Amino acid sequence: MIIIKTLSLEKKITDPFIIRGILAGIAVALISGLVGCFVVWRRMSYYGESIAHSSLLGVGLGILMGIGINPGVIFTCLLFGILFLWLQQSKVLSSDTLLGVLSHLALSVGVIVISMNRVKIDIHSFLFGDILTVTQNDLWGMYLAVLVVVIIICLNWSSLLLVTIDEDLAKAEGVNPLFINLLLTSILTIVVAVSIQIIGLLLITSMLIIPAAASRRLVNSPETMAVVATVIGILSVIIGIFLSVEIDAPSGPSIVVVSAVLFFLSPVLAMLLNKK
Amino acid sequence: MISINALISANNISVIKNEKAILKNIDIQINKNDFVSIIGPNGAGKTMLLKCLMGFYKPDFGQINKKSNLKIGYMPQNINITNTMPINVSSFITVRKKFDKISFKQVILETQIDNIIHKQLSVLSGGEMQRVLLARSLLNNPDLLILDEPAQNLDISGQMNFYKLLQSIYVKRNLSILMVSHDLHLVMVSTKRVLCLSNHICCSGKPQHITKDPEFISMFGKDMANMMAVYQHSNSHDHNQNFIIGEENN
Repeated sequence: MIIIKTLSLEKKITDPFIIRGILAGIAVALISGLVGCFVVWRRMSYYGESIAHSSLLGVGLGILMGIGINPGVIFTCLLFGILFLWLQQSKVLSSDTLLGVLSHLALSVGVIVISMNRVKIDIHSFLFGDILTVTQNDLWGMYLAVLVVVIIICLNWSSLLLVTIDEDLAKAEGVNPLFINLLLTSILTIVVAVSIQIIGLLLITSMLIIPAAASRRLVNSPETMAVVATVIGILSVIIGIFLSVEIDAPSGPSIVVVSAVLFFLSPVLAMLLNKK
Repeated sequence: MISINALISANNISVIKNEKAILKNIDIQINKNDFVSIIGPNGAGKTMLLKCLMGFYKPDFGQINKKSNLKIGYMPQNINITNTMPINVSSFITVRKKFDKISFKQVILETQIDNIIHKQLSVLSGGEMQRVLLARSLLNNPDLLILDEPAQNLDISGQMNFYKLLQSIYVKRNLSILMVSHDLHLVMVSTKRVLCLSNHICCSGKPQHITKDPEFISMFGKDMANMMAVYQHSNSHDHNQNFIIGEENN
């Protein structure tokens, strides 16, 4: 990081690490804006947060078993999501409580697994993101994941929307809410796997929530909300990564701070748009 | 088997949850051009019966038979949409629906929502929201309209207007209606048959007969039964249409 910091602005823009970081960040923004709208509409932020936390266990297990980080993360997050959906069926405890139990359990087990001697990784970069970890192969994987998520969401857009508006109405019209919940869980899992390197698992939820929340005041249809959230996400990523290089801070927090600034600016922008 | 005139029927269905019978040996048949109202106290299994009929809850015992290609329109009591999703009336009505322009136009005029079609869903009044939900349920030209306490959240004049609208749609479209309702005094006027549910079917029949049924009186009290009789009488003069339907039944 320090070596990059000493470069001139022109050199920074053409630095391969930064270019890869920005491309990876744009991949994150392309899906987190879209998926984030559903997280905001369905009040699933704690669910997203919990899945993200469980990914630390996935990182640990992936390295421990030698299957690689991404397969470990996807496997653990999916398992976590399915376990939660199953426990939720009994309806004795609220979702909020169940997530409170599972989320911290997964985080704790994750830290224990990673603290064990056999796993030697920089935990800091997984928690807060580090653009230096992104390789060319990671980028291919990320954009493949983006493609898959965007296609799945577009194909199921109207069903997703209807379940979000009202579950009973959707059921009456032939949508299976359990299928939609599993679909969203799988998508969230992919979002976590894509975001972990750049944003860090502690801050992934903010990339889901903040751009979507910032776009709310500027739009009047679900589709434009998704598009504007994506644009806000992309802006946050680009500005945030340059900021992180400039002040030598982890990429995740820098991106989140920029998106939060945009969030607080959005009412002003909305006022200006309304005046026109 | 299902008889020629029937659109949908439940044959001896029971639903048991936590060792308690929510529905017990229910038989019900909805015919062409029927108007059936289900009444009953809270927890009587009214909504569960609708869920079974619509096929999104499988009864533990008994069968549901449907006419092939039966088109059902469903109107829930309310939807829990919040301000966080920006969506206007027109997009909401059409989401995940197959329809043509002509029936869309017809539905919004019929339900009197043509002037609010571009409004955001979150700013609608209670009455507007109910008309929007009704419009959505009508968009695929259903043979059977199922309504779950459709006027629950409205004030008294809103309720009267809503049931008047429903009555006119019933007459114009020649469809069948199955409705759960607590608005006994208003339901009695437009309805052809009343089904009184309290986990089992207490009593059923024409509205004017059911108010004399001992089971009905024991469930809702004598005062309610008398009041109902008064409503039927005074209203049958106002609404010619009801009077004719009533006569056909007699």
